[in-house]
Amino acid sequence: MAEEKQVCLSGKGLTKVFGFGRQRTLAVDHVDFSFYEGEIVSIVGESGSGKTTLAKMLLGLINPTEGEIAFQGQVRDISSQKKRKEYWKNIQAIFQDPFSSYNIFNKIDAVLLDCIHMRGGRNLPHEKKVELMTEACGFVNLKFAELTNKYPFELSGGQMQRLMIARIFLLKPKVLLADEPTSMIDACSRATILDMLMDLRREIGMTLIFITHDIGLAYFVSDSVYIMEHGKIVEHGSADEVILNPKEVYTRRLINDVPKIYEEWDLSTV
Amino acid sequence: MGKILLEVRELTTKYVTRFREDVYAVDHVSLQVEEGKALGIAGESGCGKSTLALSLMGYYFAPLHYISGDIIVDGRNITGMDPDTVRKAVLGRDVAYIPQAAMNALNPTQKVINFIEDVIKVHDLGADKKEIYERARILFETVGLPESVLHKYPVELSGGMKQRTVIAIAVLLSPKVLIADEPSSALDVTSQKMVIKMLMRLMEDGLIGSLIFITHELPLLYNVTDDIMVMYAGQIVEKGTAREIVFDPLHPYAKGLMGSIIVPEEGVRDVKLTAIPGAPPNLKKPPSGCRFAERCKYVQPLCKVTSVGFKELDNGRTYRCIFSEAELREAYQNG
Repeated sequence: MAEEKQVCLSGKGLTKVFGFGRQRTLAVDHVDFSFYEGEIVSIVGESGSGKTTLAKMLLGLINPTEGEIAFQGQVRDISSQKKRKEYWKNIQAIFQDPFSSYNIFNKIDAVLLDCIHMRGGRNLPHEKKVELMTEACGFVNLKFAELTNKYPFELSGGQMQRLMIARIFLLKPKVLLADEPTSMIDACSRATILDMLMDLRREIGMTLIFITHDIGLAYFVSDSVYIMEHGKIVEHGSADEVILNPKEVYTRRLINDVPKIYEEWDLSTV
Repeated sequence: MGKILLEVRELTTKYVTRFREDVYAVDHVSLQVEEGKALGIAGESGCGKSTLALSLMGYYFAPLHYISGDIIVDGRNITGMDPDTVRKAVLGRDVAYIPQAAMNALNPTQKVINFIEDVIKVHDLGADKKEIYERARILFETVGLPESVLHKYPVELSGGMKQRTVIAIAVLLSPKVLIADEPSSALDVTSQKMVIKMLMRLMEDGLIGSLIFITHELPLLYNVTDDIMVMYAGQIVEKGTAREIVFDPLHPYAKGLMGSIIVPEEGVRDVKLTAIPGAPPNLKKPPSGCRFAERCKYVQPLCKVTSVGFKELDNGRTYRCIFSEAELREAYQNG
C-alpha cells in the first residue's frame, strides 16, 4: 500500500537568536524539518547544540526569531494565550527532570483532573472521571487508589515520570515531545518508561519527538533521526541510514562516544 | 595475582531513620580489589550501590552507622579507627571518593587553586603555596586539564570540566583505592567519555592503585571494569568478570538488568527491551528468603522461605540463587 504520509509538524528556516551585540548567540540556525504523523523522530546533539531551544519553540514556549512552524499543514498561530492553549491540546511534552515538572501545590488527583478538563470533560460525573484516572494510572502500572491525596514529590523519580505518561494518556495529544525523558532515571526504569512510551504511541497514534544526547537510545526508539550541531541540522534520514552509515564526521563522533559492548570502544578520539 | 589493595569482609552498615527504624542497606558484603584492577558495581536505583560506596570509606556519619565487618586497605584495617583519624589519614591517601554530583563539591567563592590549598592543609602536608601550585600543575598536566583551570572560579567551567577538576583533586594524594559513584551520569556522552578516559589514564599512570566504579549504565561498566558485582537489596547477587556478567549472566536479576542494555549497534533494534517488573523490597523488613523472589520469573515456593547462600563455579564466579548453573541456563533457553 503506497499510502502518502501526512506531515504533522514542520518548520522552515527556523531560527532563534539569544542576546545581541557581543553576546549574540545563534542557538538555532535556519532549521528545516518535517515530522510525519505517527512517526518517532529523534533529535540528537550534544549539550549546547540547540536541541532544547528547538523543542521550546515547537512547544510555543519561546517565539522563534525567524521562520515559521506549521502544524498539520497550517501555519501555527499562537498569538494569544487562548490560541496557545488550543495549540497545547495537540502538542504535549515530557521533560528531563520529573522533580520540577509538577506544580508542588497540586495533589496528584488535581494534576490528572486538569487533563480531563482540558479535553472538555469538565461536566462529566465524578465517577466517570475517577474511572478515567484509574484507567490512565493502570496504563502506567500505578495504582490510582494509592495516589489520591498524595503530592507528586512523595513519589520516586521513575513513578513521577510514569505519572507524566498517565497525563499524556488522558490528554491524547497529536504530538508528544520528550526532552531527555530518561536521562535522570536508572537503566532499568528507563526500559519501563521507553516500553510505556511505545505502547502509548500505538494506543493513541501520536507523533513522538525524542530529544536526546544518547545516540544509542535514538537508534533504539526512532524511525528517523535528525542530528544537530551548533544549531544546525547536519544530517537526517532513517535511523538505520544515519546510525549504521553516518556521513558526517560529527555523527560518527557522537556514535563513537557511546560505550559499546559488541565492538571495541575507541577512547583515543577525545 | 597482584597485590590485594582493598579487602572487605562481611561489611554490614545500616541507616537509622527518624523513627528509630533500621534500614540495612549494605548486608554482609565481601569483596576484593587487586592492584591495577577496576571493579564495577551494578544494580538499579535503591539497591544499595551508593551506600556501599559510602561505607567503603570507613568514615561514617548519621544516619549511616557501622555494624560489623572489616575494611582492610593495603593491609591496614580501617574499621576500628577514630573518625577524625580516618578523615585525615585514610581519606584521600588510601581511599578517595567521587560522588555523582562531584562538581558541586567545588567552593563557588574560591578559585580552584585556593580550594586545592585547603585540601592539602586538611591533610597536614604543610607544603607552601609554591609547592602546592607546582604539584597541582603537574597533576593537571598529566590528566590533560589546562593549567588555566587552576586560576578559574567553578562557575567559569563547564559541567564536564568541573567533574574532571574534582576527580583530579580527589587523586591529588595518589589514593590506593578510588571509589567513583556514577561519576559521569550527569554529563552528556562526550564529556562522559572524557571522564572515563581520564580515569583510565589515572590507572595507567599509577596515580590511583585501583578503581571501584559504580553505575547503572552497563555498557559503560563493561568497557571500564575488569570484574563486575551485581547488587540487589543490599546484598551481592552475582560476581564475575565483566564479560561473563554482561554476556552470560546467571542470576535472574542480573539477567533482567542485561535486558535493559541499549547500544547503537546493528541488531539491537530487533531486541525488545525487557524491564524487571516491580520495585526493590523495603529494607526495613527485608524478605526472609531470597530478596529477589517477589520479582523473579522463575520463583519457587522454597525461594521465599530459605535464605540463599552463594554458589561458586569452578572459574571463581559466584552467584546467589537456589538453582544450579545448568538449571538456570535451561530456564533461560526456554525463555
